[in-house]
Amino acid sequence: MARNPQLNGNGELQHLLSIEGLPREILLKILDTAESFVGVTERDIKKVPLLRGKSVFNLFFEGSTRTRTTFEIAAKRLSADVINLNVAVSSTSKGESLLDTVANLSAMQADIFVVRHGSSGAAHLVARHVKPHEHVINAGDGRHAHPTQGLLDLYTIRHYKKEFGGLTVAIVGDVLHSRVARSLIHGLTTLGVPEVRVIGPQTLIPAGAAALGVRVFHSMREGLAGADVVVMLRLQNERMSGALLPSAQEFNKHYGLTADKLALAKPDAIVMHPGPMNRGVEIDSSVADGPHSVILPQVTFGISVRMAVMSMIAGGG
Amino acid sequence: MTKLPDAERLCQQLARELKAQVKPSTAMIGIHTGGAWLAERLHAALGLQEPLGLLDIAFYRDDYAKQGLAKDPKRSKIPFDVEGRDLLLVDDVLHTGRTVRAAINELFDYGRPASIALVVLAERDGRQLPVCAQRAGAKVDVPAGMRLRLKRDAQGRLSLELERGA
Repeated sequence: MARNPQLNGNGELQHLLSIEGLPREILLKILDTAESFVGVTERDIKKVPLLRGKSVFNLFFEGSTRTRTTFEIAAKRLSADVINLNVAVSSTSKGESLLDTVANLSAMQADIFVVRHGSSGAAHLVARHVKPHEHVINAGDGRHAHPTQGLLDLYTIRHYKKEFGGLTVAIVGDVLHSRVARSLIHGLTTLGVPEVRVIGPQTLIPAGAAALGVRVFHSMREGLAGADVVVMLRLQNERMSGALLPSAQEFNKHYGLTADKLALAKPDAIVMHPGPMNRGVEIDSSVADGPHSVILPQVTFGISVRMAVMSMIAGGG
Repeated sequence: MTKLPDAERLCQQLARELKAQVKPSTAMIGIHTGGAWLAERLHAALGLQEPLGLLDIAFYRDDYAKQGLAKDPKRSKIPFDVEGRDLLLVDDVLHTGRTVRAAINELFDYGRPASIALVVLAERDGRQLPVCAQRAGAKVDVPAGMRLRLKRDAQGRLSLELERGA
């Protein structure tokens, strides 16, 4: 069996590339460590000295504000130095390859690369070529994975629901283009959530969805019934090629989360969204700003989760 | 074989000694895990007003670059304002002094205390930093290659034990 590229010889986390393939114990350790960092982020001085002297390079080949910012805050709260590269407007546009960019940053003595790229597998490619003391975190690669978002979703679910056993989690919308959904589904099934549902129109549900261990629904009425957790996905206009949908209005009518549809879920259901939200498309403002919404706590937890991941990969000899 | 002192007796003795020293505003912080067990006892015996604080120094250790993150870091909980306060910092065994260094650094990220006094159940030789305890229940000779640890059994009884490992 090929060695898991994310783990070192002792089975410890070396890179974070995808939730798929990570053992349950590692996932739980990340969530537990994040819990300890939440304590740090509630202090006046929200900083610990763990990554002093380390350099974290945020390498974003694809736009993102929230994810890049929360990685930056996480690294700074660990006392690392952070260098943000807006690669879209630099060397790449002059023709430099991904691996050449990484090799140059490595020559500047990088310790952690946080990589977002439009192509699936980009972070894996970087991880295969970095030096042994360098670590790679996937901040989203194409339609493949967005493991820190998946982890912060798992953290949020555990925070509000305490246990994973017995939960029904419904993931709604554009599952086809969503690396967030893919990462979350792997995490939920690894941690023993008994019922994971995806809800969306046939054109936005990947053909092999059922093989991931989820139940597929095309109707909100059926799919939301009895759900403990509702995860809304962003309708990804920029990834949409061809006529997968008649219109955003049509999507909203059938799959947009309104207070009426949310009433089908459990009375204490929580509503999550990875952001950025299209209000009035996949989610109504009354729900996004309503009492069931935990969308902003997700962002806050995301910082502690990213602190946990960075501190777990960058320590040790 | 070294005869180890009775941890329960040391605990009572420390509580008696501290009684004269503490003020109503004194606050206590136990270092995870053995120090926290001892602190729970002392805190109750002294009847301090402020709730007990718990410190896990995992994020402040000086061996992170070599050893990586500690196995199971707990959340530090300081349920009172550290600023300007007299603190009793409680640990089970004082050995190299590195844990105390880390604990003091962490405490200062919560505020500037008026004073910190170190209270330990037992001290041994092997100091690597200029750290000393203001109160130590006992001084224990530990044979080379052995470690002195505080244990707590299912009934909550505390005991000192020697085990292999530096």
